Amino acid sequence: MATPELTSGARPRLRAERRRWGEDVIKGVLALCALVSVLTTAGIVLALLEPALEFFREVSIREFLTTTRWAPLFEPASFGVLPLLNGTFLVTGIAVLLCMPFGLGAAIYLSEYARPRVRRTLKPALEVLAGIPTVVFGFFALTFVTPLLRSIGLQVDIFNALSAGLVIGVMLIPTVASLSEDAMTAVPQSLRDGAYALGSSRLQVSTRIVVPAAISGIVASYVLAISRAVGETMIVLIAAGQLARITFDPRLSIETMTAFIAATGTGDVPRGTVDYNTIFAVGLTLFVITLAMNIVSIRLVRRYREVYE
Amino acid sequence: MRMNPRKITVLALGLVLLLTAAACGGGRDGDDEASGTTTEVAADGDRLSGRIEADGSSTVGPFTTAAAERFAGVQPDVQVTVGISGTGGGFERFCAGETDISNASRPIKDEEKAICEQNGIDYVELHAVNDGLAVVVNPDNDWATCLTVEELNTIWRAEAEGKIENWNQVRADFPDERILLAGAGTDSGTFDYFTEEINGDTGAIRADYQASEDDNVTVQAVSGSRGGMGFFGLSYVEENEGEVKAIEVDGGDGCVAPSTETVQDGSYSPLGRPLFLYAKVESFGRPEVQEFMSFVLENNAEIAEAALFVPLTDEQLETAQAGFDAALAEVGA
Repeated sequence: MATPELTSGARPRLRAERRRWGEDVIKGVLALCALVSVLTTAGIVLALLEPALEFFREVSIREFLTTTRWAPLFEPASFGVLPLLNGTFLVTGIAVLLCMPFGLGAAIYLSEYARPRVRRTLKPALEVLAGIPTVVFGFFALTFVTPLLRSIGLQVDIFNALSAGLVIGVMLIPTVASLSEDAMTAVPQSLRDGAYALGSSRLQVSTRIVVPAAISGIVASYVLAISRAVGETMIVLIAAGQLARITFDPRLSIETMTAFIAATGTGDVPRGTVDYNTIFAVGLTLFVITLAMNIVSIRLVRRYREVYE
Repeated sequence: MRMNPRKITVLALGLVLLLTAAACGGGRDGDDEASGTTTEVAADGDRLSGRIEADGSSTVGPFTTAAAERFAGVQPDVQVTVGISGTGGGFERFCAGETDISNASRPIKDEEKAICEQNGIDYVELHAVNDGLAVVVNPDNDWATCLTVEELNTIWRAEAEGKIENWNQVRADFPDERILLAGAGTDSGTFDYFTEEINGDTGAIRADYQASEDDNVTVQAVSGSRGGMGFFGLSYVEENEGEVKAIEVDGGDGCVAPSTETVQDGSYSPLGRPLFLYAKVESFGRPEVQEFMSFVLENNAEIAEAALFVPLTDEQLETAQAGFDAALAEVGA
């Protein structure tokens, strides 16, 4: 491009001589694409807020957040959401304990150890796991993992937090591995070369150079994994039970927030009743939790990010 | 092996077409099952129209709804609405003259009769179908073969929440085995029936059991736990033989096993019981109501089966038919 303006060192004039309508249309369509998800989020928040506020007019926030019995559909009804939170975090905890180390390990192997050919076949294979529908994972947990746990002598309930959590963890390994691996591959080769030149072993390079350098990407993959574990519905609905209680024993039946929403939402609870609004109150709680988690993690990522170049 | 994009598109399109065809085929079969088998659509001459209002028990509701769905295959212009205000709530509306049919899980009470009389509502009581609930345990459970209603109440009442957790708390000679409870959720008529008969009040029950609207979840829970126990409609037991085992219930006159026969003859009490339709005699003046009632009686067994109830015996059906005929004679239809 040899426009005369360039020679003077000023910014090139990119504006078209006359308006290009086609360009405007394309720009509009693209903006709309971006807006769809933003508007949907706003719509979800609005749709959640109204029935949830209705709910909190009848049940105090204090009762909702501090009491420990969850039986909104029973007589006498009680609305302590803590058992559901407990269920959600128990399952998420198990899933995370599994997917974080294994996902990171897989990522380190793929990025630092595996030969290119191995990597080319292994990575897509790993990602196939991410494409399995969660309903399949749910039945896998119920009909395979639970009997397996029993056969190795664990006294688990037929519906239990452990097998649901383990299966969610397995499901999330490829998510963590794939995103972390991307972040590690992006670490400049010169850093590795420098470390090797100083006599570092491959393990030292991986754990002391590459992982710290890619930490923001790794944390981002962890956060995504946690969010998906918290929001996972089908697996817990099928395999973890619908028995809200406060417990840290993963062998027992529990109920998560998502399972409650799904089970109650598909039943025939009459609209406009407290029972019905309960669904939205729990939904809002779930939304607030994931939002808070995302905000915290973005902060964390910013703080620990190592910038090179 | 790499495919070019066009090939992939063609393949994908083919797959979509195939799936659509399969889905449509399935849908058609389903329709056939739902509306077919009964009788053919009425000839144009006797095509009726109008609206029939039914309300009452949530246990009977599914029966009337199943009848209405099948009736729509014969008389598509007649609209039958089925409310579920509960037996008491249903009678309230019925005796105020608001509904044509009241679904009831018990006979009408004297005070309800009085209100009906006061408002000049003449009605006929029809024993429409039988209902049976089964209490099921794990097939490996060899101790609980028969439980009394009191023992069931001990396990299931609201006060038992968090306290009754082991079979040895139910009867001293029962083994030390954790009880795992599952059953119908609060939306169903089964839930209302069970809580009413076992715990004395509709809706009174401990909240710490595996509550699901899907009976299959209850089957999974009970068949998967040695100490499991659950409840659901009797007809569902037959479909899950080997997975769960129905136990005998002692309602005060000894242990009775649940079966079609013991439900029909009333000996499986209180978890087997007759269900009633109360029809306003005056409404029989409208041909659509008359037609609907005779449809219910004529296709009783089929409707009962579809809605997972226990059908009437021939004798019970004759009695119901006689009651219906007498009411028809009253309005001169």
